[in-house]
Amino acid sequence: MSAKLNALNSDSYIDVSQYRDQHFKGNRYEQEKLLKQSHTLYVGNLSFYTTEEQVHELFSKSGDVKRIIIGLDKIKKTACGFCFVEYYTRADAEHAMRFINGTRLDDRIIRTDWDAGFKEGRQYGRGKSGGQVRDEYRQDYDPARGGYGKLAQQHPAGESRNSF
Amino acid sequence: MSLQSTSSLESNLEGLAGVLEADLPNYKNKILRILCAVARLLPEKLTVYTTLVGLLNARNYNFGGEFVEAMIRQLKETLKNNLYNEAVYLVRFLSDLVNCHVIAAPSMVAMFENFVSVTQEEDVPQVRSDWFVYVVLSCLPWVGKELYEKKDVEMDRLLSQIEGYLKRRVKTHVPMLQVWTAEKPHPQEEYLDCLWAQIQKLKKDRWQERHILRPYIAFDSVLCEALQHNLPPFTPPGHMPDAQYPMPRVVFRMFDYTDAPEGPVMPGSHSVERFVIEENLHCIIKTHWRERKTCAAQLLSYPGKNKIPLNYHIVEVIFGELFQLPSPPHIDVMYTTLLIELCKLQPGSLPQVLAQATEMLYMRLDTMNTTCIDRLINWFSHHLSNFQFRWSWDDWSDCLTVDLEKPKPKFVKEVLEKSMRLSYHQRIVDIVPPTFSALIPAEPSFIFKYADESASSLPGYAVSITVGNAIKNRASNEEILTILKEVPNPNQEDDDDEGESFNPLKIDVFLQTLLHLAAKSFSHSFSALAKFHEILKTLTDSDEGKLHILKVVYEVWRNHPQMIAVLVDKMIRTQIVDCAAVANWLFSQDMAHEFTRLFIWEILHSTIRKMNKHVQKIQKELEEAKDKLEKQQHKRRDSGDDEDMDKNSEDEEGQLEEQIERLQEKVESAQSEQKNLFLVIFQRFIMLLTEHLVRCETGSVDISTPWYKNCIERLQQIFLMHHVTIQQYMGTLENLLFTAELDHHILAVYQQFCALQL
Repeated sequence: MSAKLNALNSDSYIDVSQYRDQHFKGNRYEQEKLLKQSHTLYVGNLSFYTTEEQVHELFSKSGDVKRIIIGLDKIKKTACGFCFVEYYTRADAEHAMRFINGTRLDDRIIRTDWDAGFKEGRQYGRGKSGGQVRDEYRQDYDPARGGYGKLAQQHPAGESRNSF
Repeated sequence: MSLQSTSSLESNLEGLAGVLEADLPNYKNKILRILCAVARLLPEKLTVYTTLVGLLNARNYNFGGEFVEAMIRQLKETLKNNLYNEAVYLVRFLSDLVNCHVIAAPSMVAMFENFVSVTQEEDVPQVRSDWFVYVVLSCLPWVGKELYEKKDVEMDRLLSQIEGYLKRRVKTHVPMLQVWTAEKPHPQEEYLDCLWAQIQKLKKDRWQERHILRPYIAFDSVLCEALQHNLPPFTPPGHMPDAQYPMPRVVFRMFDYTDAPEGPVMPGSHSVERFVIEENLHCIIKTHWRERKTCAAQLLSYPGKNKIPLNYHIVEVIFGELFQLPSPPHIDVMYTTLLIELCKLQPGSLPQVLAQATEMLYMRLDTMNTTCIDRLINWFSHHLSNFQFRWSWDDWSDCLTVDLEKPKPKFVKEVLEKSMRLSYHQRIVDIVPPTFSALIPAEPSFIFKYADESASSLPGYAVSITVGNAIKNRASNEEILTILKEVPNPNQEDDDDEGESFNPLKIDVFLQTLLHLAAKSFSHSFSALAKFHEILKTLTDSDEGKLHILKVVYEVWRNHPQMIAVLVDKMIRTQIVDCAAVANWLFSQDMAHEFTRLFIWEILHSTIRKMNKHVQKIQKELEEAKDKLEKQQHKRRDSGDDEDMDKNSEDEEGQLEEQIERLQEKVESAQSEQKNLFLVIFQRFIMLLTEHLVRCETGSVDISTPWYKNCIERLQQIFLMHHVTIQQYMGTLENLLFTAELDHHILAVYQQFCALQL
């Protein structure tokens, strides 16, 4: 019965996920505290061609957007498929987690997650090749994210030493 | 607790009743609290939990009595706290407890009689007595039969009183709340009128109601052995001036029995089944709106779904909420996402119903309220962006044959514009047939007056090049201002010695050049505004300066309304322009040709909201400072005779008092600015509308042009979207603006608005 009552207040879409930023300056507790109060969302799985304008249009549907920071390839300084969206209020950011997360932008299902807050330097991909880490290792072909993953580009399937 | 089949539900209930009964000695209060909460928060599962309470009462009479008392206490609390919707659920729960032999029918009738007697009160807002009548009527689908069997004379008297009240009710507010102005194919009925018709029909059918799931019927043999309790006499709490009764509403209908092609028939608009289904679906959304997957699943597993065209009901209820005036119960984007989830769960049937609904809404655009059209535009374009913009545009080619200002082509145009914002220009060109080219939005490119040598004859050309280079070379503000001194002032014969007075050309040259350099993205433009904030503030020191800067922004970005909106937002937030300047600009002659476009109204409403939030923010700061002072004063009083502490305390209090005085001034100034903003807006509307009406009258022309419909409904929209704030200024509005001399068409809007709160 108690479980049912908790279910009445259930709001799981705004829960903090398992992800923790490894580069965060502070301990786990501090990071979680910031995540629970944050007005900033990380947005992932964007196309490299998705513009700030498109992000602004979509994310404005849950409230007034204070700032958008497009994620950049560290070397090329071009968009590399993620961004940060900062709202003026927590409530607006929560609506984005409930209603924009998991829907499409530029034909791709995008993912939003709480972010502890933008700091200079966090707009860059952390993959070895300059983009995001996930684009280093993925095996699939994604034309909106530079084609094959970086590793797969350097070691195409036919030449892979590990294939038989 | 699942509701897969009635037989497992019954055994679940029986089992649960047994467990709870055993727990009563130790956990009675907890169980009471949980059951009360469930009654308040899970109205769609009403009959399941009343059955449970019935079973518990049969096993433990005292518990039943305590539960009823707890419910009455909770009812009083919710009414005190203006939670009128939840109070309805509580009363409905109590009334269904009559069916479960927990509450004696005569005592329920007595409560209803007390409720209906509110209609005899004088000098109370109509919405107050409305609510009490609504509560009684809305319980009757559940308990009408039982009450009539026991107390038919009293019930007849009750219904007759209600009928009398409904006849004398004022219904001025109805046109303002209707989604369509047309009566066909479905009249937008006032909610109490519709419910009354439904109850009348139910009575005619001798209270036979077959839709509601009633688990207690299976337990009748157990329940009828139970002793019943009498509800204590319940006097409705008196009217308090700060009471916020629910606003009246209109019942949204878009489907009837002709629309579902196969399968079960849709219950008629005045059938009680229709009421119960819609009520339950609204309740499910209210409970689960935060979790769209659960919400969609709960909607689709509605008990009794095989007997009704459930998809049609769901789509109708969702659109009903989305189009509700003044505003939807939940944020607009929730409905978009919910519909997408529903399409995912029922890919073989729901998308078709949704497409059918969209087609119907398109066909009825000519009489649809402008605010509702706005929401339809936003919903449809966002929805399409999740489905690769696939749509049978050719089906809508009829819109190409009429004046492009008419609702249908206008709608398509705005949808394509919004769709472009979520994608890009070429995509829109690709998705529509070539015949639609007139409706395709312009490419969102910058229009630079001083672009190239062909502009060399323009007075500002040379300076724009110099300024452009200076900006690129990171010149200081002083250097740039010096360069700008060279710009001649078209408003003056000789140049002002100081160069301080309003010089529109100077603003034009600087801003056009700056924004051109920063045109690449929103972020580039924001950086530019921030970097040259000082210069911009200097240039826009006067009202004329502020107006002109807005003019220039429009000139350069008129193909990119989205950019205009974000720049205006930024300029308000950084105080380069103020809200009144934006309002004056939007209503100016220069913008008249854009007056019916959606982006204009989005900017205006966003501006009003910023003003409102600003006032609220300062008011909050003032409240917090006052609280702090109070705490400080208490501390001093309680701290005893320590002289040092006293002195520090006094200093702190003195500082706080100063701060409070400053904040008080700030609040008054902000409120004055807010009031002025609304006055400007209303004045402008009155001027524009009066001009149009007079012109039509003298020319003996029909006033109902597309422009007029848009304008008068935009005026309504101001009232509806900001009614909470506008309430404060009613006196001024009535005395200064909405006087009896006004044309009755305009005055009607004001009167309808006033009627919403009566």
